Amino acid sequence: MIEIIVNVGLVILAISILNCLYRVLRGPTRADKVIALDSLGVNLIGVIALLSMKFHTEAFADVILLFSILSFIGTVAASKYFEKGVIIERVRD
Amino acid sequence: MQLLVLAPLLFTLFVPLLYRRVKAIHVGWFVLLVPVLLFVSFLRLLPQVANGERVLQDLSWIPSLGVNFTTYLDGLSILFALIITGIGSLVVLYSIYYLNRSEQLGHFYIYLLLFMTAMLGVVLSDNMIVLYTFWELTSLSSFLLIGFWYQRDKSRFGAQKSLLLTVFGGLAMLAGIVLLYTITGTFSIREILGQKDMVAESALFLPSMLLILLGAFSKSAQFPFHIWLPDAMEAPTPVSAYLHSATMVKAGIYLIARFLPLYAVHDWWFPIVSGIGLLTLIWGSFLAVKQTDLKGILAYSTVSQLGLIIILLGFSTPLAVTAAVFHLFNHAAFKGSLFMMAGIVDHETGTRDIRRLGGLFSFMPITATVGFIATFAMAGIPPFNGFLSKEMFFAASVEYAGTLNWGFLLPALAVLGSIFTFVYSMMLFFKVFRGELQLEQLEQKPHDPPKGMLISPLILVVIILTIGLFPNLISAPILAPAVEAITLIPQEPVEIEHFHGFNWPLAMTLIVIAVGTLIYLSYRKWLHIYNHLPEFLTWNGWYDRSLRGLDRITTSLTRIQMTGSLRNYLAIIFIFIFVLSGGLLLTTDSFAFSTSDLAPVGWYEVLLALGVIAAAITVPFLTSRIAMVLTTGAIGYIVVLFFVDFRAPDLALTQLVVETISMVLFLLAFVHLPRVPKEKGSKSLKLRNLLISSSVGLLVMLIAISAHSTRLFTPISEYFIKHSYDLAGGHNIVNVILVDFRGFDTMLEILVLSIAGLGIYSMIKLRNRKEDDV
Repeated sequence: MIEIIVNVGLVILAISILNCLYRVLRGPTRADKVIALDSLGVNLIGVIALLSMKFHTEAFADVILLFSILSFIGTVAASKYFEKGVIIERVRD
Repeated sequence: MQLLVLAPLLFTLFVPLLYRRVKAIHVGWFVLLVPVLLFVSFLRLLPQVANGERVLQDLSWIPSLGVNFTTYLDGLSILFALIITGIGSLVVLYSIYYLNRSEQLGHFYIYLLLFMTAMLGVVLSDNMIVLYTFWELTSLSSFLLIGFWYQRDKSRFGAQKSLLLTVFGGLAMLAGIVLLYTITGTFSIREILGQKDMVAESALFLPSMLLILLGAFSKSAQFPFHIWLPDAMEAPTPVSAYLHSATMVKAGIYLIARFLPLYAVHDWWFPIVSGIGLLTLIWGSFLAVKQTDLKGILAYSTVSQLGLIIILLGFSTPLAVTAAVFHLFNHAAFKGSLFMMAGIVDHETGTRDIRRLGGLFSFMPITATVGFIATFAMAGIPPFNGFLSKEMFFAASVEYAGTLNWGFLLPALAVLGSIFTFVYSMMLFFKVFRGELQLEQLEQKPHDPPKGMLISPLILVVIILTIGLFPNLISAPILAPAVEAITLIPQEPVEIEHFHGFNWPLAMTLIVIAVGTLIYLSYRKWLHIYNHLPEFLTWNGWYDRSLRGLDRITTSLTRIQMTGSLRNYLAIIFIFIFVLSGGLLLTTDSFAFSTSDLAPVGWYEVLLALGVIAAAITVPFLTSRIAMVLTTGAIGYIVVLFFVDFRAPDLALTQLVVETISMVLFLLAFVHLPRVPKEKGSKSLKLRNLLISSSVGLLVMLIAISAHSTRLFTPISEYFIKHSYDLAGGHNIVNVILVDFRGFDTMLEILVLSIAGLGIYSMIKLRNRKEDDV
């Protein structure tokens, strides 16, 4: 039973990823692309979680955590870049 | 014996010391000691050698390679050694008076002593590699001596030309030596001559003969390599007298004579050696008539006289070899004195141009006498020594002609060459010492030079006269052992006579003198034929053109390859990889395809693969750099999913972090770049790139399939899985491998990261501020 549910979940997430990917490629603005990438990351987290259920392993828990941190940092960095033109501001003295 | 060879080299150590410290005495006086002592010690060995003793001495140099500094003294070597040291002494004596104190005498004598060592080494070495070493040393020291006045363009040109041509021949000779070594397994000349039957049967016999002859011909200035010798006349006159008449140019003759027993059995020996010699004899003497420079005449005359000796070696009959050795000796004597005479005339009048000279007889009687005897000896007029050897040359050619079809051509051509020899010899004497004195053309009032300068030519003239009158003095002690050493057959000393009745050689000499006199008297009428001589026949044009052409071709070849465009280089690299690996895959028939151990493919992997393919195809069509970076990033993240799918958690983690960081780096860098320029290339260029990239992709795919389908060994991963805990104390196999089983790789990769970090830091920090846009 759980097998089928995991598989169905994977299919749904895959379709969602493909949709996100389309937005990444064809997003009319840069912001669209970044948002699409962010949600793509979230989808990927879901995929990894489902896969570790499917493979009956806990080895990918680290990947999930890392993914969420990176996805957050990446989105914040991109937003800051769009806002200010730089990511790391110089210290002015 | 080795000490005798190396003595001049060792003495060069003291030359700068003496030159700097002892200002009062001309440094040449110290140098003079060396050749004189050597000459005396070789002279003391002469009776032994004449009695048939052979002096062989061994000195290990590189025994493991069979290269030993073995010296071997027989009749041929001692003849050359006596010429080298004897004429060497006279030349050093002459140079003491010839060269001014203001010249760089230290350099001059060091080069000269270096040359003397090299030349003695060539004639005394039994080991061919040692012989080759000294051979190249003669080329090198000759190069230095020709370019002694390096401020002059012509000296440098002459030095370069002679070096290029002689080293070309030297390398050919080295190849010949190596071939001989592969046939016989020894570098020793004596041992090779000992097994000449085996050499004669070898397939490498002819190539080795041709290569060694090439070396000998280029050194001895034979056609068409004769062109370096006239340009070498830019050297100081003592050098010309020593190197370019008596010694170095005879190294090739020594080599031919040395290998004569080995190669003379071949059918091609006579046509090649005598043919080239004959061509050189005629061509050199023909061109000598045209020259107006004293040393130019002497250079071409040397070329033609060397040709004469080589013709005789081509005959390789005992009579001819005797004539060759005799003429070799005679030529060293008269050509040395002629060069010294030319030097004196140059020194005393300031010019060597025969059009400005004339009537010097009454001003320089002693020099004129020297010139008279030497030129008449060269022309082959009795009672001088040249007459005897030329007579023997005619006799040998008549004798050899009897064994050939069309044989009468041989003496006829020999006579033709000798007629020109006669003409230029007469010009040499009469143009300089007779005729009208043109005082206004000369830079100073001519008179006989200081006595010291005349000593050397006078000694040589005495030798010419003595040998001319009493030729049998050297027949038994010098000529016979030398001929025996060349032919390897015991020889009775020949009786050289002035007059052997009325026969062909005498008639030929009379023809030469008669026709030569006629031509000389009417030479103004003939001279214009030299103006009609086509330029390509002089061969100098060919040399210049080939040097320039080589330059042009290599430049244009480099231009074609080195376009400076990285894209072209990459295209070449990829095409090369494709052709080489693909060709190998095809020709060795190593493509394999087996489905036996394929894993089942899940729908999930198919989906991921489609994602990668879609993103990869999109990248080339994008126009914004940012979009490109993001799309490649997407590929990287899908690869993370692949790693997850294939159960590699550590890889997935690392890939994730690295992908993110590199994406950020790309974004940081690309923000500062302009937009991607529109592809400039034409359609065919794009097609080419597409073709290359798809073929490389195909190739890698095929290789991967083949590699997977042919599994030769079981993987060693079982071992790691089994022992990761009990040997290394860890459950994470990947990490255990990284830090324990294969920790060495990890350490070096840490090093790579540190280097990269330092590199980036220094590139950013150490920019040259003034050239900011680099």
